[in-house]
Amino acid sequence: MSVQLLMFFACALLAVGGAVVLILAREPIHSALALILVMVSLAVLYLLLGAPFIAAVQIIVYAGAIMVLFVFVIMLLNAGVEERTDYSKIAKFAGVPLAFFLLLEIAHWLYHAEAGAAIANGAGAPQEAASTYTLSELLFRQYLFPFEATSILILIAILGALVLARREE
Amino acid sequence: MSTVPISYYLALSGILFGLGVVAFVFKRNIITIFMSIELMLNAVNLAFVAFARALGQLDGLVFVFFVIVVAAAEVAVGLAIVIMLAQNRESLNVERMNLLKF
Repeated sequence: MSVQLLMFFACALLAVGGAVVLILAREPIHSALALILVMVSLAVLYLLLGAPFIAAVQIIVYAGAIMVLFVFVIMLLNAGVEERTDYSKIAKFAGVPLAFFLLLEIAHWLYHAEAGAAIANGAGAPQEAASTYTLSELLFRQYLFPFEATSILILIAILGALVLARREE
Repeated sequence: MSTVPISYYLALSGILFGLGVVAFVFKRNIITIFMSIELMLNAVNLAFVAFARALGQLDGLVFVFFVIVVAAAEVAVGLAIVIMLAQNRESLNVERMNLLKF
């Protein structure tokens, strides 16, 4: 077993374990810390996949900015232990079969994606890490308009957050 | 360089997305439900990066970049809505937020 495979399984185990803890934890703050674990292990997986820029963005934006916001709101609202309530009958009789079908569909998709990816691998993909330089050329030339559009999106988000969270006069 | 088959990454992505759906359905705290949406977005990002790797094209990485930007904007607005809800209904339990429920 190669070092990379070992690394993959370690990070995959951490990510899945973090997701399971997110579900089982009663305190929202524990769920948030578990989600940070998932995000950091995903960043390591991005490094393994040869995408160092995305790994850095993952750490800075997701584990840094977004999760800090979550933890901040949890502390601001003083969120305590989650209440357990009964689930509706619709969830029992329609939700469980539908969840089963969803899992079946994902498994089906994965099976076929494997075949497609095997063909793509044979097509001779460049196997070196994606450099930030090539990524930036793509981002600022081919995807320049969507990139500029995101700045307007973020501006609207800031305004929306300010208007919503403002105290009533 | 990479000796890990791409299907392993896709399987992990599917498992994480499924766990995100389970968390979204079973959690009762609105902040935790929001976090499970982030988990699902992360799972999709992993699939994007894995396919970008398999196809040898960087477009997938640009998509991940945009997904992260949109997620950041979504969290900013969403948490503001959560704060408003918590102030108005004095509870974070989604079962209590049944004003529009038939």
